[in-house]
This record gives sequence, C-alpha cells and structure tokens, in this order.
Amino acid sequence: MAYEIKSPIPGIFYRKPSPDSDPYVEVGSKVETSTVICLIEVMKTFHEVKAGVPGIIASIEADDEEMVDAGQVIATLETDDNGN
Amino acid sequence: MKKLLVANRGEIALRVIRAAEELGIPTVAVYSDADEQARHVSVATEAVHIGPAPAAQSYLNTDAILLAAKRSNADSLHPGYGFLSENADFARRCEAEGICFVGPSPSAISLMGDKAAARDTAAAAGIPVVPGTLNGIESPSDAEEAANQIGFPLLIKAAAGGGGRGIRIVNTMGELAGQVVAAQTEARASFGDDTVYLERFIAGARHVEVQVFGDGHQTVHLFERECSLQRRRQKLIEEALAPNLPPDVRSGLTAASVALSDAVDYEGAGTVEFLFDPATNEFFFIEMNTRIQVEHPVTEFICGLDLVREQLRQAQGLPLSFSQSDVQPRGASIEMRINAEDPANNFMPSPGTITDFELPLGPGVRISTPVKAGSQVSPFYDSLIAKIIVWDVDRMAALSRARRAMRELHIKGVKTTAGLISALLSTDEVKTGRYDTGFVERWLGAQEKGSDQ
Repeated sequence: MAYEIKSPIPGIFYRKPSPDSDPYVEVGSKVETSTVICLIEVMKTFHEVKAGVPGIIASIEADDEEMVDAGQVIATLETDDNGN
Repeated sequence: MKKLLVANRGEIALRVIRAAEELGIPTVAVYSDADEQARHVSVATEAVHIGPAPAAQSYLNTDAILLAAKRSNADSLHPGYGFLSENADFARRCEAEGICFVGPSPSAISLMGDKAAARDTAAAAGIPVVPGTLNGIESPSDAEEAANQIGFPLLIKAAAGGGGRGIRIVNTMGELAGQVVAAQTEARASFGDDTVYLERFIAGARHVEVQVFGDGHQTVHLFERECSLQRRRQKLIEEALAPNLPPDVRSGLTAASVALSDAVDYEGAGTVEFLFDPATNEFFFIEMNTRIQVEHPVTEFICGLDLVREQLRQAQGLPLSFSQSDVQPRGASIEMRINAEDPANNFMPSPGTITDFELPLGPGVRISTPVKAGSQVSPFYDSLIAKIIVWDVDRMAALSRARRAMRELHIKGVKTTAGLISALLSTDEVKTGRYDTGFVERWLGAQEKGSDQ
C-alpha cells in the first residue's frame, strides 16, 4: 500500500542532518516506524519527521532546502503489510 | 552619523530605528521577501530589499547588507541582536568599508566569542570561573585526576554539544570512568566529535547577568538582571534587580563585570553572564555577550536610561551621558517574552496569521512588538512576537502589574506562551523570588504529571 508522509509543520525541508552528512533516506531505503526521514526547520528550531509506518521509500516529494507547508506530502512509501 | 542602516528585523529593528529617529538620524531598514510588509520597513526612513526569506540569504548575507549600506549611503550600521551582531569578521568588514559598526571593537567581539579565551581572560582578571577542565579530557584516568580538583557532583559536557544537549551528571568517583566512556561514545555518534570536558555541577544555580557600558574613558555597570526563568536555556521572563541577592554579592558581580570589560577595553553595551550559587553565595563567570540583549528594557526601566541611544552616541565618539554615581536603580522591572510556540505541544513553533492582537496598556507598561492583527508570523525567523515590560515602585507591585498586563493581553491565530507566562507569574517561587534555572522545567514536569492523573 502507498503511504504518504506529510510535514506536520510549515518550514524548510532538509534531507540531511547536516550539510556534510548523507541523506537520511533515499528512494528504496527500508524504514521502520521511528526512522527519521527528514528535518523541518521552523523558527530556528529543527524537527525530525519520522516515517510513521514501516516500509520502503517510494518517492521523495520535496527538494532539499525547499519551503514546505503543514500537511504537504514530503515522501511516499510502500508499506509491507499488503493491506492486511 | 549621517544615516544608520539597521541590519536586523522584528522588534529589535524597530527599537533601534526609533532610537535613531529620536536623535534625528535617518534610518535604512533591510528586509527579506518574507518581511515586505513588516513594521520595521514602514517605520524606517528608507528600506532596501536584501534577498529571499531564509536568513542565510538575507539577514546573514553580509555582501547584500554591505551593498545595501553603500547604495543608500549609510555611514553606520547597527546589528541588533542575533544575526550578525557578534560576528567579528563582519564588524571588521564594516570598518574596512568605512561603515561605523555600532558595537564593541572586532577584537573584543572575537575574544569574548571564543569560550576558552573568554574564560582565560576572566580568570586572569581575577574573576571566578566554573571549576572544570578547560580542554577536552582524553581518558578515564585523566578524568579521575581532574575530578579530584573539581569535586562532585560534576558534569561531563560534549564540546560539540550545546543548548543543554550532550550533558551528563556524575555524582561519585565510582561512576566517573564508565560515564566518561559512555559520554565520548554518545558525543561521537551525536556530534561527530568525541571531545568531552568536565565542569562542576552547581545544583540550584541562578543565572544573573550584569549590564555594562564602556565609552573608552569610563566603564560603568547598570546593575544586574535575573534570568533564571528559562526553558532549555531560552529565557521566558527576566527581571531587574535580581531578587534576594545579598548586597555584597551584587557589589562583587558588578565589580567583576567592570574589571572584565576594562581587561578587554570594552566599548559600547555588553552583558557579563554569571552562575550564582545561592547556597554558598559564590558566583562564576560564564560568558560575555557583546551586543544589546533582548532583555535590555528591564535595565532601562530601573535605571531611567536609554541603552540604544547610548550605543548610538558611543558610536559617534561621544562620551556616556552619565557616570557610575548617576546610576541609581529605582523600583523593579519585569519582562515577559511572548513567543509563537505551543507549550501544550512541546513548545512547537506556531507560525501563521495573527487574527486578534490586543495589547495591555496603562501605567508602567512598555510593549515592543513588530506585529499587529493580520500580521503573518513567518516560519523563517525566531518565535518572539512581543515583549511586555512593566515597571513599578517595588517587586511586589511590579509582579501585580505584570499579572494585570497579562490579563489584558489577547492573541489569537497563533499559539503563544502567554498562558504559561501568566501561570509562572502566579507561582510561589516567582512571587517570593526563590527560583533557579531548573525551576521552569521542574514546574512543567509537575504540571504534566498532574494533568495525567
């Protein structure tokens, strides 16, 4: 099943924990519920967004350092529960 | 000073623009895409757009700001607080471009901005510093040796940490070696740097800071501010004077602050921060902030002075308009910071549109805010939307006035810390002035526990 990961807050989307780091996830990455997939910076504070469900990242819908809105889809994943 | 560029936004930009206007100095505001409609832009004599909303591309963009100064023929620049205010390289560039930077010399900024150098300078000036290892410790046996000097309880701090992260408390020598190894491992994983150092843990410490001002001929202090009401090192409420501070501690703190300022030939407004241990009456230097601070109005209220006006005078080479003996604190002042954050949701920032915005009025109330009903609170900058500062003849009267002012405040559209501030003002700890830097977090924890039941 496809699952949409949405930003809980408006802010700046970061794919990496720091400029020199690797991205948290890539398309194809296997994630758990608590896997961090990005950071959202709002008002000088950084908030981790977690996958929320286990699965495989199917797409990343925002560009690094792009402004996103609350509720905007920032990534999708294929859950491995086959709808069960 | 023919024209002043204000390299900031929000309430502090307004504060500086107003001070300049009152001195008859024309002002240049700078603004990002997010701030086209901002109050500081409309209040200034003229305004220059400097870039996109993210601060790195606008308010921190030194090339764009210097270009704005050149194009508008500004001969001086006030950095406010935050952003470029403590950037020595920027201050140097201003000097090189012939623009007067309103603040201390670049060398004083860089010396006080380097934590270890600032601590060494303070110690050399005879000011107590928090006992600890200045540099990183290599091994558990190094740590044990150092701990004999420092005593317990002590803190292991990650050099690359900050804002309360990467800190462990160790109570006994027996725990130390294991905790050092664990702290190094954690620091490597969290910060990519396993350097840790030790520092004495002062339980029940208060954060007390002294306002200083130097003009190259004399250095004066303007007494202290109590800033212990904070959460995760973010101040919520500040007051002047500090309550229940023994007079000999006050004279020790202020003398130490003047001595440190003199040691670095400090010019302009600065703040020397201390930890104060009410159990032993010891105080320890933490750091010096080489800028005007958010909470400067409480000092202005009790001293009857205008610190930003003095900054602008000092930058023109004029002497201070007062001397130490003129500074006689009177009454009590309290500042309440209203942030667009949701205390019920772990202080999550709450950007959005302010729909209702009703401010307190009446005697002894001063407001500093860049917003009004209909304003957008941008996600790009800090969450401070208003400062409410009160003054009254004594601390009890000031607290009563503070609570009255908070009852008049109504903000809708974004979540704010106003309710939390009001609740704190009614606690016994705040009423009696017996609180330490851990109080707010303990109180929040107790509230949470209470609401679970």
